[in-house]
Amino acid sequence: MADPHMVDRGLLTISGLDCFYGEVQVLYRLDLVLNKGEVLCLFGRNGAGKTTTLKAIMGLVPAAAGSIRLDGAELTGLAAHDVPKAGVAYVPQGRRLFAEMTVAENIEIGLMARGKGKATRESVLDLFPLLRERLKQRSGTLSGGEQQMLAMARALCLEPQVLLLDEPTEGLMPSMIAKILETVAKLRDLDVSTILVEQRVDAVLSVADRVCFIENGRNRETVDVEALRSDPSAVRRYVGVG
Amino acid sequence: MRDASPAKTYALHVGVIALLFVLNFILPDYHQGLFARIMALAVFATGYNLLFGYVGLLSLGHAMFFSAGLYGAGLTVYHLGWGVPEAFVAGVACGALLALVIGLLALRTSGVAFMIVTMMFAQVFYLLILYFAAWTGGDQGLVIQQASRVISIGGASLDLTNPAVRYMSALALFSVVLLVTLAVVRSRFGRVLVAIRENEERTKMLGYDTVANKLAAVVTSGAICAASGAAYALLFGYIGSSFASVQYSILPLLWVLLGGAATTLGPLVGTLFMYYVTDITSGFTSAYLLIVGVALILLVLFAPKGILGSIRQRWLGWLP
Repeated sequence: MADPHMVDRGLLTISGLDCFYGEVQVLYRLDLVLNKGEVLCLFGRNGAGKTTTLKAIMGLVPAAAGSIRLDGAELTGLAAHDVPKAGVAYVPQGRRLFAEMTVAENIEIGLMARGKGKATRESVLDLFPLLRERLKQRSGTLSGGEQQMLAMARALCLEPQVLLLDEPTEGLMPSMIAKILETVAKLRDLDVSTILVEQRVDAVLSVADRVCFIENGRNRETVDVEALRSDPSAVRRYVGVG
Repeated sequence: MRDASPAKTYALHVGVIALLFVLNFILPDYHQGLFARIMALAVFATGYNLLFGYVGLLSLGHAMFFSAGLYGAGLTVYHLGWGVPEAFVAGVACGALLALVIGLLALRTSGVAFMIVTMMFAQVFYLLILYFAAWTGGDQGLVIQQASRVISIGGASLDLTNPAVRYMSALALFSVVLLVTLAVVRSRFGRVLVAIRENEERTKMLGYDTVANKLAAVVTSGAICAASGAAYALLFGYIGSSFASVQYSILPLLWVLLGGAATTLGPLVGTLFMYYVTDITSGFTSAYLLIVGVALILLVLFAPKGILGSIRQRWLGWLP
């Protein structure tokens, strides 16, 4: 099914993407469009191919066929370390901080990557005021929510056009989930477009602009979140909840 | 490293160098000689620490880089009659070049495979030294004559066989390497190396070319180890295949673990500790290695991060 969003506003465009883990195909002719300034949620069961899609964008899983374009520039074929330089930042599932480093050092590493300075640091810390109070703390000793904030902050130090978030609310307490989602919503105002992999229906409905249902490595359907709110049958159809 | 002001950090390192300088005038002859050897080998441990402590790459092949420096300097003096400075540069260049080639090949692996691959390359290097015994002296080694170990500058000459000159030369090399290492680990490059150690994939996802950074670390580490080997050949006048054996790949690992991996002064402390425990216990019993082994086990049990690593963890968080 042709996606009407692919026509004009597409910032990140995936078309006909095939990916394999060894001999096993995990993505099948996947098409996806992320528009400027939007939050696109990838929704689906475990093993559907959501994380693989993010990894393919980052060059961690090679594309066997198809293309991934950012603002018209091809990303497939780039070395994994060149994708962030092109403007895509990735916060993987499980945060993966530099646990032995302090909060400040984690942020510094992010800033150094693209030669960003104090202004970027301040704007990132403005988004996560809690981190400002923890700058000298070893990041491995932060709470889960704070670690997630730091992982996002470090990624935002790259000043990306596109942010990929893989299950940022996983294992967090409700107050932290609210803060994380609030920040994701703020990113829209900062012109950062976000692809969010999320399992929580309430989180998806509260923050996403559009929802893409991934099933067996295929994009089955992409719907506006308003439509989903009024008719949540798609959630039941693809995930079995809601 | 936490909140270490550069002045405080550099003051500590300059203080250690000053202490070593003063010891030259205090130590009895025997200990003066032992300290010269320890400082030369602490440079070896410092090079090893850069790769193992800061990047997290466990190599069992660093004897190859040490002996590349040892033979690079020793053979050019012995066979070609080169002067000490030229021979030293040749030794360092041999080690750096070898590290570049080995790094390009070995960095295609990681973890245990990296350890095995580096050990295999080092064994090849060791066997080559034995195979080309006509030039290298094989397992008998070669002695560099005293007359070849003199640096002539203008009308003055420095005889490296003189204990005080030898001590000061070893100290000069150690000081330069220590301060360079400190500058490296505090630099952008050093921070990226630590990030790679902590989580390589994440570092890559921030836009860092981790393979290029690791290769640069291997070459820097190899060059420092080669500098140690070159200095050892020129200061102590002997080159032999035993320096290329697997034992000399394990020793720097032990010294670094004892002193504290990823601490700039740990390699010196570890080398010093190991040398003196061996020296003291061998005076009491021929089974001194048993006592050394027990001391190592106790240290691993009660200070698993090494001497300085534990001090940093418990009291001095700013220690680099």
